[in-house]
Amino acid sequence: MKTNKNNKPIKKKKKKNREIMLVTWGFTLLFLVMAGYIAYYSVTHQQELINNSYNGRQQMLLAQNRRGSIYSADGNILARTVVDGEGNEKREYPYQNLFSHAVGYATNGRMGVEAQANYYLINSNAPLSQKASLDVVGEKYPGDDVYTSLDVELQEVASKALGVYQGAIIVTEPETGRILAMVSKPDFNPERIESIWDDLISDSESSILLNRVTQGLYPPGSTFKIVTALEYIRENPDTWQNYSYQCTGSITRGEDRIQCYHGSVHGSVSFSKSFAKSCNTSFANIGLSLDRSSFENTLNSLLFNQELPVAFTSGISRVDVTENISDADMMQVSIGQGTTSITPLQLNMITCAIANEGVLMKPYLIDYVQNSAGNKVKEFSPSAYGKLMSKEEADILKQLMENVVEEGTATRLKGLSYTAAGKTGSAEYGTVKGDSHAWFTGFAPADDPKIAVTIIIEGAGAGGDYAVPIAKRIFDQYFNS
Amino acid sequence: MELYVSEFSKYVMALLIALYTYECFAVFRYEDEERRNGMYIRQNLLMFAFHFSSFLVICFETGDITYLFFYAFQEIILYAAIALFRMLYPKANRLIVNNMCMLLSIGFVILTRLNFKSAVKQFIIVTGSLVIALIIPFFVHKFKFLKSLKWVYALVGIAALSVVMILGQTTYGSKLSYSIAGITFQPSEFVKILFVFFVASALYKSSGFFEVFTTAVIAAAHVIVLVISRDLGSALIFFIVYVLMVFVATKNFLYLFAGAAGGSLAAYIAYSVFNHVQIRVQAWQDPWSLIDSAGGYQITQSLFAISSGGWFGLGLYKGTPQSIPVVEADFIFSAIAEELGIIFAICLILICVSCFIMFMNTSAGLNDKFYQLTAFGLGVTYIFQVFLTIGGGTKFIPLTGVTLPLISYGGSSVLTTLIMFSVIEGLYMIKQDESELPKKRKRKKQSSNKKRRVYADNEEGYSSISDDDEDYNDKIGRNFEDE
Repeated sequence: MKTNKNNKPIKKKKKKNREIMLVTWGFTLLFLVMAGYIAYYSVTHQQELINNSYNGRQQMLLAQNRRGSIYSADGNILARTVVDGEGNEKREYPYQNLFSHAVGYATNGRMGVEAQANYYLINSNAPLSQKASLDVVGEKYPGDDVYTSLDVELQEVASKALGVYQGAIIVTEPETGRILAMVSKPDFNPERIESIWDDLISDSESSILLNRVTQGLYPPGSTFKIVTALEYIRENPDTWQNYSYQCTGSITRGEDRIQCYHGSVHGSVSFSKSFAKSCNTSFANIGLSLDRSSFENTLNSLLFNQELPVAFTSGISRVDVTENISDADMMQVSIGQGTTSITPLQLNMITCAIANEGVLMKPYLIDYVQNSAGNKVKEFSPSAYGKLMSKEEADILKQLMENVVEEGTATRLKGLSYTAAGKTGSAEYGTVKGDSHAWFTGFAPADDPKIAVTIIIEGAGAGGDYAVPIAKRIFDQYFNS
Repeated sequence: MELYVSEFSKYVMALLIALYTYECFAVFRYEDEERRNGMYIRQNLLMFAFHFSSFLVICFETGDITYLFFYAFQEIILYAAIALFRMLYPKANRLIVNNMCMLLSIGFVILTRLNFKSAVKQFIIVTGSLVIALIIPFFVHKFKFLKSLKWVYALVGIAALSVVMILGQTTYGSKLSYSIAGITFQPSEFVKILFVFFVASALYKSSGFFEVFTTAVIAAAHVIVLVISRDLGSALIFFIVYVLMVFVATKNFLYLFAGAAGGSLAAYIAYSVFNHVQIRVQAWQDPWSLIDSAGGYQITQSLFAISSGGWFGLGLYKGTPQSIPVVEADFIFSAIAEELGIIFAICLILICVSCFIMFMNTSAGLNDKFYQLTAFGLGVTYIFQVFLTIGGGTKFIPLTGVTLPLISYGGSSVLTTLIMFSVIEGLYMIKQDESELPKKRKRKKQSSNKKRRVYADNEEGYSSISDDDEDYNDKIGRNFEDE
């Protein structure tokens, strides 16, 4: 009875205080949002901000911890810090030039894994007991060690195969995205970075410091026909096999003329043969038939003209296709010439997606981070970026690429213990007719791809003659050892 | 040993403050102070444990045992504050006192770590301020004429602000303070309280358009003087407090919308006219491109600090919070986040929110509209200042450069906040009286009907409950829970 009587005044009270309640809840909500924001911000920006050169905390960590070591996947030391008798620290790179771009350097700025994993290398998760005993003798704590996915033997083979040429090679696992080898030439010795720094900086011609794998922008040449082919298949899913074309060695639209490489005449070609023989005129013809806005969408889905989903610095590949692109430009784009440019990394990613049933795994270099006691501090597992194409499309492209090896421009890979698939390219550059970069991108074994290789040799000539043999040496090393 | 102490203490401190924060909100489950007793005692123990472990770390890290003396003095003052409030004002709210002391102790710890000299100076000012704070609830409780000083508040407030505008020194792009005999005053801090009293006394009787309009003119005078002094943080606080007080006094959403529209317009004008407002907004949008300029440097250094500590912080003396300019005043929150961790920092935010909810609870429970508006206005002043400083230092909102109440270094700021807290304690006691009042009145009813007129300010509230007074105390508070 008492409660009944009480009801009325309570209701009246509530109404009276509605405005105060509103303000109270408003501010409380605002503060909860702010607290959430602060926690989110601090956790997601921890690594990025410590690497900022304005952040003095980096110096603090360096004074407290000794920079950790970088290892290859098989446990070889790629970089370590040693201390001489007087307590001076020196960063050593036992393989000298071999990993100059992949592992990078840690003074005069940072590059490669040294830059990407800087946060882990300068932090120490050593056990407290070890830290305490180091405190007693006045020594620094050991920084955490970084284990990469790099394979020393593959890297050596790739680097030797490229020889004195300038260029780039990347070897990855399509199923995981792990990067096994990453070679960029010309290279340098990261141990001597301080003494050669001025030369490296002033030498604008060969851009030695540029990692050509991730940041080199090259005309893709015929390797781009993979993209053109994909778009044609998308637009003609049921009829692409009926395509045929009479190649006379050139095709003309108004003033503009496309020729086949070194003046070849391919005669009557199917879609598959156009791809295998890398027939420029046939692909220019295919390009002219494409829906340009649909092509633009395909290019976007293949990550052109945008940042790549990788944890390290990379260049942005460029293709200019719009609704109102001229026929002349469209012909150039279709065969990977004109203003089109691509990083070897991105071509490798597209190749990997084809090898992996259309799914792109994000490429990565760091497997895990370990403290001085051998406990894993952080582990990076493979992660999918998403589907770049359907499984059916990937299977068709895979078949086309197998034919390149079987009867096309990459027959040097034919008849081996494994079946390879790929696409060559001879990308013309500069103004002198005939100068071309040799390209190859492909994978093996074709039925169950384990590795994908992308190679570019600057100014060497035809891809089939120069890049394919290097691919063979890398495949041989991987499958025969 | 030192290493074990500093590593272990990080987790201990996070745990202590987390438990403390839990109790801050657990108290709202119960209405009467009696049943909250155990929680309050646990809070005190947790606070002393936190304070002790912090100074243990400070001694280990610095290797200087003299810090223990400083610790002892702080301990005495904090204990005395809690004990004296309890003795002098048994009816006062103990959550407010506890939180006040907890925030002060966090401030002592972080200031000692950042700058020992400032910490000692701050300690002396806090001691003096606590003495003042201790007598204020008495005056608020007893002096009924406070509601009739409307014009005094307005004139003194505007005069004090104008003096600064004319004489003031320039600090960080704004004229904020002036010195008398070596002691620097920042009047805009104190005027905040006067301003709340002014608005409350102007609107408590009636809040028709005429009253709102005349107070708006006075409020605008405050804000304009502050804007000319380039103290935009304070100007913003005055503005928000005014709009929200009018909203509560009139219960009219139109004023809220009008305030929002007027505020947006004023913000736009300030942005167009003042160069240093533009810099702050740009530094908020993209501090990284302005990292070399003064505006961007502060905020980026603050972000470095916040992002480097992780959940449990780097530990006291393990970070480099001194790299942030004016870290002891405007960016103290970032120093706390860096060395004591994000968990600690978020608990700190929640403690401030807990104070605010108790202030609002007090306001909602008051029947006298003047007191209700005063408690509400002071609560909003407090929480909005906390919002400005924490949000500004973390790039949640543009930076305005105000202090974190009770924690930042700054005498005017800490004195003002302690006065605000103790005014609210006085109001809380009035609230307790009011809720006991109906009982008394029932008794007096037979003897004298005339006495009733005294409380006629609020006819609505009393007439509705006069016939049923038992457990009214419970009801007033509990409606917060029911809502």
